[in-house]
Parts: sequence; structure tokens; C-alpha cells
Amino acid sequence: MTAISVRGLRKRYGDVEAVRGIDFEVEAGEVFGLLGPNGAGKTTTVEILEGYRPRDAGVVSVLGHDPTRMERAFRERIGVVLQQSELWPQLTVREVHHVFAGYYRRPRDVDEVIELVGLHEKRDARVKSLSGGQKRRLDLGVALVGDPDLVFLDEPTTGFDPAARRNAWSMIRSLRELGKTVLLTTHYLDEAQQLADRVAVLRGGVILQLGTPAALIGATLKAEIRFRRNGEEVRIETEEPTRVLHDLTAQALADGRELEALEVRRPTLEDVYLELVEDAGE
Amino acid sequence: MSTFAHQLRTEQLVFWRSREAAVFIFVFPPLLFLLLGSVYNDTIEGHPAADVLLAGLLGYGVANTAFAGLAIQLVIRRESGVLKRLRVTPLPRWVYLVAVLASTLLVFALQTVTIFVLGRVLFDAKLPSEWLSLALAIVLGVAGFAGIGLGAAALIRSAEGSSAVVNVVLLPMAFLSGAFGPTTDYPDVLQAIGDVLPLKYFIDIVEAVYLDDEHLWQQGGAIAAVAAWGALGVLVAWRRFSWEPRER
Repeated sequence: MTAISVRGLRKRYGDVEAVRGIDFEVEAGEVFGLLGPNGAGKTTTVEILEGYRPRDAGVVSVLGHDPTRMERAFRERIGVVLQQSELWPQLTVREVHHVFAGYYRRPRDVDEVIELVGLHEKRDARVKSLSGGQKRRLDLGVALVGDPDLVFLDEPTTGFDPAARRNAWSMIRSLRELGKTVLLTTHYLDEAQQLADRVAVLRGGVILQLGTPAALIGATLKAEIRFRRNGEEVRIETEEPTRVLHDLTAQALADGRELEALEVRRPTLEDVYLELVEDAGE
Repeated sequence: MSTFAHQLRTEQLVFWRSREAAVFIFVFPPLLFLLLGSVYNDTIEGHPAADVLLAGLLGYGVANTAFAGLAIQLVIRRESGVLKRLRVTPLPRWVYLVAVLASTLLVFALQTVTIFVLGRVLFDAKLPSEWLSLALAIVLGVAGFAGIGLGAAALIRSAEGSSAVVNVVLLPMAFLSGAFGPTTDYPDVLQAIGDVLPLKYFIDIVEAVYLDDEHLWQQGGAIAAVAAWGALGVLVAWRRFSWEPRER
């Protein structure tokens, strides 16, 4: 079943075309990542799918709805974590969840949600006393309290320290276990690699690549071989690592030399991403 | 519980929990009444001073609560992203707005009662004989000034500046409209400015109903003036109000 379908989506702000004709589909139960640098069009795309922005062109269907119409039935079924929002600072964590729960026809149990996002110890703390990471978890809890089928996460871990990011990641993984469809934007590659079933790499309002993280890495066959010769680093990129390595080691053995600091590396998603993004920039 | 009742409860919770706002909006007008009431104990234009001050401070209170308080609160909620976040919940926008207005009315109704109790107990102020007219006048005042508050919220760009902007309008308006005492001795220019301000007309209505025991429906002109200002505010809000932060 398709949760999100996007065809030929375009959006212009004044002279800037933020989104220039993109297509993708997200299956129900899938965690889909929109990956790209700042200004790539990620947030614009997500905000069109959430219903905030009208589009200039293209066909968009989210859970069978046209999001721009903002029908109540549509809003019942989505959960949103915005890039920036600060909910009522004077209320407690539990009160804020309770307020949002009251908007939905079939909300989840408030205490269960608070437990899920790991705020049970802060249940009665005022929002203003929470740390940045805890506020983000509050945003996530509030997004889940209506028991949505689809959750939008716009840069859910920007500004987090490494431990808080790992925490957030495990929470997002638990969304998959709940059977939620997740659309996530990020400019962190490791985040996309860790969380997303499929990734669309976005730059300048177009999709450069779309596939599973493994497929994106596999799309470039190149491996990198590195070693030191006379104190200088030698770096060879090759699509035939077996043959090149064989030649190198055979030669070294024949000469009685050691290939110092020898290393064979598969490209990471980061390498693929940087290569894609740099190519597109040229 | 209906969504409206749920949101009204939420608005009340948020209002009373926000100490600074609650003090500024709820405590300040009765406090001014206490101060002014302690200073003037003669008669003003043939009425006991306490009664005239009470009428004026109800005027200040309605502008403070429904115009200033509402505008600041909405700008802060818009800029902090609360309004944007609420847009994608099933809560309908009109339910939200009606709940915010009802909450404002409730706060001002409580304030009115507080001012009457203080006036009665401390300054022997009279109680209104035209209860219904006064209650309707208060609903009209909250509606009119809330309309202006919505318009102001649409025009104010930043949360930081909202309180300053609103008070720069509120305090001179209150002074020129006679909220702190009659304006009959003011220079003509100042009186002329006062004559176009909505608060002048609201205070006229309260004085007629409370001091002179007239009926609300005898105040057609003043009602029209308050309503026209409110409608202007709503029109500005209709065209300019955004549910998303302005500053980014």
C-alpha cells in the first residue's frame, strides 16, 4: 500500500525554485529519508506533504488525501514534528500530551506515550525546564499521541549531542515496530543510513538518487585502496579492487617491501552522497 | 468533552499558569483602581469619584485584556510555532479562535467582578442597577477590543517587541479616553484624538449604563463606534494574520 505518492512536484518562492520536479513514493510501514544539504528543498517538500504549503505543480497524495485541503480526516492520521516549535512552556509534559490527546478521536494513552518517548521521569516537569533533547522528545510524544499512521520528522536530531542522537534513533526505530510510516528529513548521512529503509538524496530541488542505503553505496562499485610508500600516502580508486590489490601485493612481495598501513575501504553512504552532491554542484 | 470545552480549559490553564501575563492582565487594572480610588474620594462631575473611576477602569481592563493581552499572547504563540503546530491537528481553526475569545471573555468577566467587589468593599462604590445592559456591554467590549487585538497581532512582527508596541498604543489610548479620570479639562487637540478612539466610546457606554442607569440600546452611536473598530481589526486580521512564525 502506498502512503505517500509524489509526481512532478514543483514549488517556487519568488525567483527561487525550491523544488524542481520530484517524484517518489513511500510505502506504508516504510521509513523514508529525504537527505540533502541545507536549502536542498527538504523542508519545502515535507511542508507541502503536511498541508502547510500549496504546490505550484505536480500530483501529491498522502494517505489518499490531497494535503493542501487539510481535511480533518487527514489531520487525524498524521503526526508532525516541526523543525522548530516550542510548546506552552508553563504546562507540564503530561498536560501538553493531554491537551493534544484531546484533539483526536482515538488518542493513545498519554502515560504510555510519555513512557515511549522516555519522558516518564519528567512527566510533571514544566516544559520550560526541559533540555533541548527532552523538548524534541516532547515534540515526538505529541506527534504520536493521536496514534497517527504517518509521522513526519523534520530534522529530528539537529543540534543533539551524540548520546541524545542515539536515543532519538532508537525511538524512531520503535516507530517502525509500531507499524508507522515515517518520512524523515536529515542532513546527517549516518542518520539516514541508520534509520531509513530508502533514501532520496536531494539537492537544488531535484532528487539525485533514490534507493536503499545499501543500493546507493553499491551504485558506485569503486573501492579505495590506501597505503604508505616512503612516508607518503598513496590512494587508488578502482572498480576492480581484487585485481589491483593482487598486483600491488605481488609487486611488494617480489620487492621484499611491506605495504605500510594498507587499507581497503568500501565507500560509505557519506562518500556516495558527497560525490553526488559535488557532481551536481559543478 | 467537546473540543471547544477542551480548548477553553486549555486556554484557562495556560493563562493562569503564565504568571507574568496573568499579573499584567488580571491584577494590573484592579491595582490601578485601588491606587486611584485611594487618591480621589470626592465627586467627579456629580458622581462619586469611586463610581467614575470604576467605570473608567473597566474600560482600561477591557482594552488591557482583550486588545493588549490577546495580541501579545497570539504573537508569542505564532512566533513560538504553537499555532503552526496546532494547524496540523484535527482541532478546527475556528474552534481554536472561539475558545481563545471565550477564555478572554471569562478572564475579563472575573476581573469585572473583582473590580466591583473591591469598589463596593473599599470605596463604597454603587452596584449596577442595569445588570443585563452592563453584562452585554462587557461582551460587546471584549468582542470589539478582541477584534482590534487580532488585527494588532497580525501586524506585529516579533514576540520580543509585542509587549512594547501594544503598551505604546494602550496607555495613551486609556489616558485620552478617560480611563483614569475625565478628559473634559484636556486641551481640545487631545480631546479630539480621544473622540476617534474606541475606548472613549466603550467608557461612554459603561458610564451611561452604570452611572446613569440607562439601557444599552440607548447607546447606538457608541456601540457602532466600538463595533466598527472591532470590524476593522478583524478585517486586518483576515487579510494579514499568519499561523506561522514571521521571523526566520
